Amino acid sequence: MSFPLLTATAALPALGAVATAAVPAGKRNAAKSLALLVSLATLGLAVAVLVRFDPDGGRYQLTESHSWIKDFGVRYELGVDGIGVALLALTALLIPFIILAGWHDADPLETSSSRWRPTQGFFALILAVEAMVILSFEATDVFLFYIFFEAMLIPMYFLIGGFGDRAHPHQDEKTAAAQRSYAAVKFLLYNLVGGLIMLAAVIGLYTVAGSFSLTEIAEARADGSLDMATSTERWLFLGFFFAFAVKAPLWPLHTWLPNAMGESTAPVAVLITAVVDKVGTFAMLRFCLQLFPEASKWATPAILVLAVISIVYGALLAVGQRDIKRLVAYASISHFGFIILGIFAMTSQGQSGATLYMVNHGISTAALMLVAGFLISRRGSRLIADYGGVQKTAPLLAGTFLIGSLATLSLPGLAPFISEFLVLVGTFSRYPAIGIIATFGIVLAALYSLVLYQRTMTGPVKPELAKIPDLRVRELAVVVPLIALLVFLGVYPKPLTELVDPAVKHTMSDVQKKDPRPDVEASK
Amino acid sequence: MSASAVHSLWTMAATAPASNEIGKIDAPKIEYAQLSPTLIVIGAALIGILIEAFVPRRSRYYAQVGTAVLALVAAFIAVLALAADGYGTTKAHIAAMGAVAVDGPALFLQGTILLAGLVAIFTFAERRLDPAAHGNQVDSFAAQAASVPGSDSEKAALKAGFTTTEVFPLALFAIGGMLVFPAANDLLTLFIALEVFSLPLYLLCALARRNRLMSQEAAVKYFLLGAFASAFTLFGIALLYGYSGSVSYARIAGVVDGSVQDIDPALADTMGNDALLLIGAALVVMGLLFKVGAVPFHMWTPDVYQGAPTPVTGFMAAATKVAAFGALLRLLYVVLPGLRWDWRPVMWGVAIVTMLGGAIVAITQTDIKRLLAYSSIAHAGFILAGVIAMNPEGISSVLFYLAAYSFVTIGAFAVVTLVRDAGGEATHLSKWAGLGRRSPLVAAVFAVFLLAFAGIPLTSGFAGKFAVFKAAAEGGAGPLVVVGVLSSAVAAFFYIRVIVLMFFSEPQPGGPTVAVPSALTTTAIAVGVAVTLVLGVAPQYFLDLAGQAGVFAR
Repeated sequence: MSFPLLTATAALPALGAVATAAVPAGKRNAAKSLALLVSLATLGLAVAVLVRFDPDGGRYQLTESHSWIKDFGVRYELGVDGIGVALLALTALLIPFIILAGWHDADPLETSSSRWRPTQGFFALILAVEAMVILSFEATDVFLFYIFFEAMLIPMYFLIGGFGDRAHPHQDEKTAAAQRSYAAVKFLLYNLVGGLIMLAAVIGLYTVAGSFSLTEIAEARADGSLDMATSTERWLFLGFFFAFAVKAPLWPLHTWLPNAMGESTAPVAVLITAVVDKVGTFAMLRFCLQLFPEASKWATPAILVLAVISIVYGALLAVGQRDIKRLVAYASISHFGFIILGIFAMTSQGQSGATLYMVNHGISTAALMLVAGFLISRRGSRLIADYGGVQKTAPLLAGTFLIGSLATLSLPGLAPFISEFLVLVGTFSRYPAIGIIATFGIVLAALYSLVLYQRTMTGPVKPELAKIPDLRVRELAVVVPLIALLVFLGVYPKPLTELVDPAVKHTMSDVQKKDPRPDVEASK
Repeated sequence: MSASAVHSLWTMAATAPASNEIGKIDAPKIEYAQLSPTLIVIGAALIGILIEAFVPRRSRYYAQVGTAVLALVAAFIAVLALAADGYGTTKAHIAAMGAVAVDGPALFLQGTILLAGLVAIFTFAERRLDPAAHGNQVDSFAAQAASVPGSDSEKAALKAGFTTTEVFPLALFAIGGMLVFPAANDLLTLFIALEVFSLPLYLLCALARRNRLMSQEAAVKYFLLGAFASAFTLFGIALLYGYSGSVSYARIAGVVDGSVQDIDPALADTMGNDALLLIGAALVVMGLLFKVGAVPFHMWTPDVYQGAPTPVTGFMAAATKVAAFGALLRLLYVVLPGLRWDWRPVMWGVAIVTMLGGAIVAITQTDIKRLLAYSSIAHAGFILAGVIAMNPEGISSVLFYLAAYSFVTIGAFAVVTLVRDAGGEATHLSKWAGLGRRSPLVAAVFAVFLLAFAGIPLTSGFAGKFAVFKAAAEGGAGPLVVVGVLSSAVAAFFYIRVIVLMFFSEPQPGGPTVAVPSALTTTAIAVGVAVTLVLGVAPQYFLDLAGQAGVFAR
């Protein structure tokens, strides 16, 4: 038996979480270093997965399969396709930066008590989330996926509610605490309801298919041995899709995201939007399209409309935000609209674009949000109105913030441009009207990113900001690699597209869709 | 009964001695070995009474705890021996002249009840939590149950350091009844078992050391409502006898499905009358639903759970539910399968209102014990979904759920006993604010139990819920599953609210402290956590066990 590489990528952070949590109270810095070390080692394993994975090989690679709960028909089955590898790599890549950026996030909670160990808790929870997210990218058993999809809510919930952002000078601590716990509960309830509805669909799927194995069910569906009644397939599809749409999040199920991102610290906000939410869009590609191809096609028009609403609505609300982090949250809602649009446009450009978009959005949002977090920690406020003229006092910070903003608006030359372009091209070839409306999202993106930059960084220096330090070494170590990646993938996206394209072809053949002919007449 | 029937009865009675030899009554054949679990427990309870009478007051506590623990362990070993001997599967049969079944479900549930009872006895025996009164260590029970609260007699009893060590034999009697209840194979045995385990519970509820009036009120409520339920059950039994001419499960089932045709001449007018069958079955099921705490027979649950001494609440919530669901399963699957087209729609309704009712009302609760009471109602609804499945998975999933649920429950109530202020246990939810800051470990353990109640994956609650919902879906109760997950979502809200309170709220000044328990309660809680996690992560072995045990002897 070969080395279970995929299990290792999840087991390492899981064990790391336990080890970090067990560090004694006095040794805060040891806990931080241990967590960072574990996350870097996980990144190493992810690189090993990338190397071992052959994009042109079989559909699922590095597979592992063991019996787990026989009575439920549940197997411990792992396997990755190109899409899974890309997102696995993204997750493993971002966690070290999140840990490094959140180095001091738990410090304000420290007390002299020897039993209360917030620092250890904070980093252990981040690693626990990493382990569960990675497993949900790897699981090819529907039940196994469901377990981690649902279980990751708990550590996430504690991260949001327990380690919230304290940067709100216009509020007393009590109101802030109430808002924090409101945000955490809202996050949990939305996702839990989504998950429980999915649970009903998971059970329903088992009674229809008699198996939880993704590959088995997909094969049986493809060769016609498993016939689902149209209405059954639609109900099951809706059950799955609802959970993923909450997680993604898609309008009108998005309202938890601004609260959750606004109230948590910047690194946790990145964890939510750049890592955890990707499970939702990933699962649409992997589970909705593969298990329920007919129902996916049936639901496409409605989902496309919701996606376009997300794009425009998210961008419009981002323009109107007064809080930096909520602005990024609404921008993310707009971006998730693009991802879902790309998935359900049912063209290979659209789906390749959507997958690239997931990766690129992860990196670009991480860059923007983490720099924004560094800025907020300097002034102690999340309100845009409290800033001005930062580029004079902290040029490095302002410069990196500008690059992050430009990436968010998909400037050509930075990574997100290619994915957004592909999504729009893919959509336009099949649904021109939807493509045109979605394009307005880009215009609005330019508005909210540039206005954000203008209001915070340019103009006269606010007196409170006159003496703020520029980015420190630790902060530069977070920002510079992310920006370098944005530029690299913006100029040379080939490795990523080569990784993703074969997997997208498989998915397209699942739904039996071919790209429309590339002339305008055919698309009428 | 018509005049002619009465006449024939008299004539039969008059002629009987002539045809049979007088004085020769066959001694009933009793398989003592197969009934040993029950006999050991009841025997130990009797020894407990003797201990109360003859052992000096100082050493009674140790003698009683020792006897109880030994008896439960021995009975559990007896259950294991029977199961290893194949009585759970191949050798399953009906013992004691058709009165008690020795089969898979019975042994599985007896094992569960014995283990849950053992863990509960540990929490009964805890004496470290309350501050010592007059130099004597005290437990959760009244110094002297007979003395009026606040009276001089009570003060004297306190000063003398009395403790109510009778709780141990009482608990053993209750456990003994519970062991018979799911195994009962005729209606009279069922009724006697019901009374044997109910009466000690009524008493135990009244024995709280603190808040004695509330405790006594709870006991009276429980007793009155329980007496009503028992009366209904008994009336139902009479009607079923009238319908079938027998109290034996096998014979009633035969009459229901038409395989038994011969008519008892004395009951010629009533036998086969469907009205009697329907009303009788409904009344008996009602009595069981009362014990289970299903809506609309749940009214007693919150008051009793709140008023009873917390260790008793935990014991009751876990073991009663196991025993009553076992009896309900046997009744519906063995006696009334022929009637399923009649009872299934009704049970659908009961399951739906129980799941939704329990979950929705729990949201407004402000007392942790009441909250857990409503949560137990919601869980009864989930288990009913498995009962309704009417397939082998239905039985095994219910067995598994009961085992998983009972350890979580006892563990959760054991944690409740630890959180205390000057007035004893601090059960008001506002006092739990910030517990996570003060005692992270206790709060984390309680959070694990709450997550298991909520059915979050990787806990036993999820595995159990999944098992019953899967069985229900396969049994054609898909809509019930949807209602089930929706009420799980509602239920999750209030479990999460407690977690929020513990971890994200600032501690209140003058809030409760967490008492450091002795090894007894620690063991109870540790067992609860261990079972919760093991059944959550690796449930296969126990699912197998429940699956093998899922066949009723007929």
